[in-house]
Amino acid sequence: MAASAARALAHDLVVRPRDPAEETEALLGLAGWAGQFTPSVALVPYAGLTLEVSGSLRLFGGAGGVLAALREGCAAIGFTALAAAAPTARGAEWLARAGVERVIEDAGELAAALASLPVRLAVREADTLEALDAIGARTVGDLLALPRDGFARRFGRALLDEIDRALGRAADPRAFHVPPPKFHARLELPAEVTQAERLLFAAQRLFVQLEGFLAARASAARRLELRLFHRETRMTAVPVGLVAPSRDARHFTLLARERLAQVALPEPVRALALAVDEVAPLAAETTALFDDGHGRPEDWARLVERLRARLGAASVHGIALADEHRPERAWGERDPTSAAGRKKEEHEKPGLRPFWLLHEPQPLAEVDAVPCYGGRLRLLAGPERIESGWWDGADATRDYFVARTPSDALVWVYRSRGERGGWFLHGLFG
Amino acid sequence: MGIADPTRSLAALLARPDIRLGRAAAQVASPSVPTGFAALDAELPGGGWPTGCLTELLPAHEGIGELRILGPALARLSRANRRIAWIAPPHLPYAPALDAAGIALDRLLIVRTPSAHDALWATEQALRSAACGAVLAWPGAVKYAELRRLQLAADSSRALAVVFRPPRAAGEASPAALRLALHTAAGGIAAQILKRRGAVCERPIVVPLDPPRAVDRAPSAPAPARSADAGVCHA
Repeated sequence: MAASAARALAHDLVVRPRDPAEETEALLGLAGWAGQFTPSVALVPYAGLTLEVSGSLRLFGGAGGVLAALREGCAAIGFTALAAAAPTARGAEWLARAGVERVIEDAGELAAALASLPVRLAVREADTLEALDAIGARTVGDLLALPRDGFARRFGRALLDEIDRALGRAADPRAFHVPPPKFHARLELPAEVTQAERLLFAAQRLFVQLEGFLAARASAARRLELRLFHRETRMTAVPVGLVAPSRDARHFTLLARERLAQVALPEPVRALALAVDEVAPLAAETTALFDDGHGRPEDWARLVERLRARLGAASVHGIALADEHRPERAWGERDPTSAAGRKKEEHEKPGLRPFWLLHEPQPLAEVDAVPCYGGRLRLLAGPERIESGWWDGADATRDYFVARTPSDALVWVYRSRGERGGWFLHGLFG
Repeated sequence: MGIADPTRSLAALLARPDIRLGRAAAQVASPSVPTGFAALDAELPGGGWPTGCLTELLPAHEGIGELRILGPALARLSRANRRIAWIAPPHLPYAPALDAAGIALDRLLIVRTPSAHDALWATEQALRSAACGAVLAWPGAVKYAELRRLQLAADSSRALAVVFRPPRAAGEASPAALRLALHTAAGGIAAQILKRRGAVCERPIVVPLDPPRAVDRAPSAPAPARSADAGVCHA
């Protein structure tokens, strides 16, 4: 029926043209995701996927379990799946296309189920369909009732073979899909999105697809990139760094939420893509026999990732000792996720050091040669002479003292002997 | 099934961390980390810093030993390979001093946050992650509802969760299970328990902290000339 004729009958009809290229891309994406169920996934052009799952039945609790997992996964990616299981690929394909979502385990049952399906599933040519209709053959069962020799002469050998493959009487070899080494998936948004946070729902679908893709190759992603496409050709890239390789869609979603919250969109977003270039093998998870309450090692990497995703990598760090006499350089930042740092060397034991070091030494007023911080300080211990750094320009000659403030706090102060003389507060004995 | 055993349901009720018993420090088998100070352990329910609930410390001001009082517990946790997250500390946690106190530096995570809101978020993340053995947070001014969120996050964790708050917060209601106001005292720090499970503790507990030793080569410094009458609080 022409679209104009259909509109005449139903005036509020919405007509959408089919886009074969996009359909194929969507199917290829699903094929990559479905690789987690079986390595044998074949595309049925513009119609669906066939999966050879006989090796996976035990893992998923039978064909019904596989179908349930497939439907659930497709829904999370944003598709509605019609799924059926049968002993032959073509049989399952016909059942699914006819909307008969059954699990059929033996050949006899399959023949009976296929017999009630309409002939259009087996026949693509319009004139053959018309001819079959003319002789009153409307179901696959009607075709089977016709004499084979006459049928082959009248309609061609190909159609007979097609039916034989569906019933398992003839071999039905398929070319299985080989997923690309890198992951890339794109999603057109139904409407333009102006706030980055709103993209999370769509991104979630891509993450589920990625999870399946990674599971199929027993690997994990090291780094993700979300690409937000605007009008024209502009694109905003949102990289999501991972400390430890991961393939958990929920974890990806949590990280993306923090990253997207920081993104200011220059223009509304029309499409979203997820790209993963670096894929690393992921060791199978071993769960501890006894929960020792220390969390799993990946919990730590995930916490650091989440904090960094929101606060920036520079704001989340560990600390380590450094070989330096100047107190402000006697420590350094370290990567909190790297394995335990260098073997602890015998550091020269310094004098008493405070738990808190000020970011910048704070100049103190001096009254009668006594430094003041909320009142006159009483010097308890010192001086500890630190003289260093004449070679790098940050020359320091200081006498450090432990002092008590009038309000009984202990502070770490020094008297600078260089050009920048006077008293400074450098630490607090917290 | 008949009627539930009343003694069992009562025991279950009393085991809830938000129920306070009118006895002395409630004798509960709640998980805790020894503070390293016998006087303090004796007054804390569970015999140490409680884990899996929120603890508030309200130091009178900075530099009175608000970290040194946690030092032995942090050293113990870090030696047991537990991670310690420092969220929005007011100054730089100084590595040489922490190392000297026996705290394993490679177990520490320092998180700087641009706002109080981010500090609360980061604290909650650290508590909700099973990765941390202790979470120390300086969130600044916080509302009751925000503390409540932290308390819930602490409830679900097994970490020692400590929030540092200004002394004026002592008068405000708080969902924290343990609240200590800290003041200076002769020879250490006086901890006044504002809230704990169990009876009210009127008497401040004096915790002896190492007095600063005279550093090498130092001339004899004027020692703190104070009578060491324990139990007296110099607030």
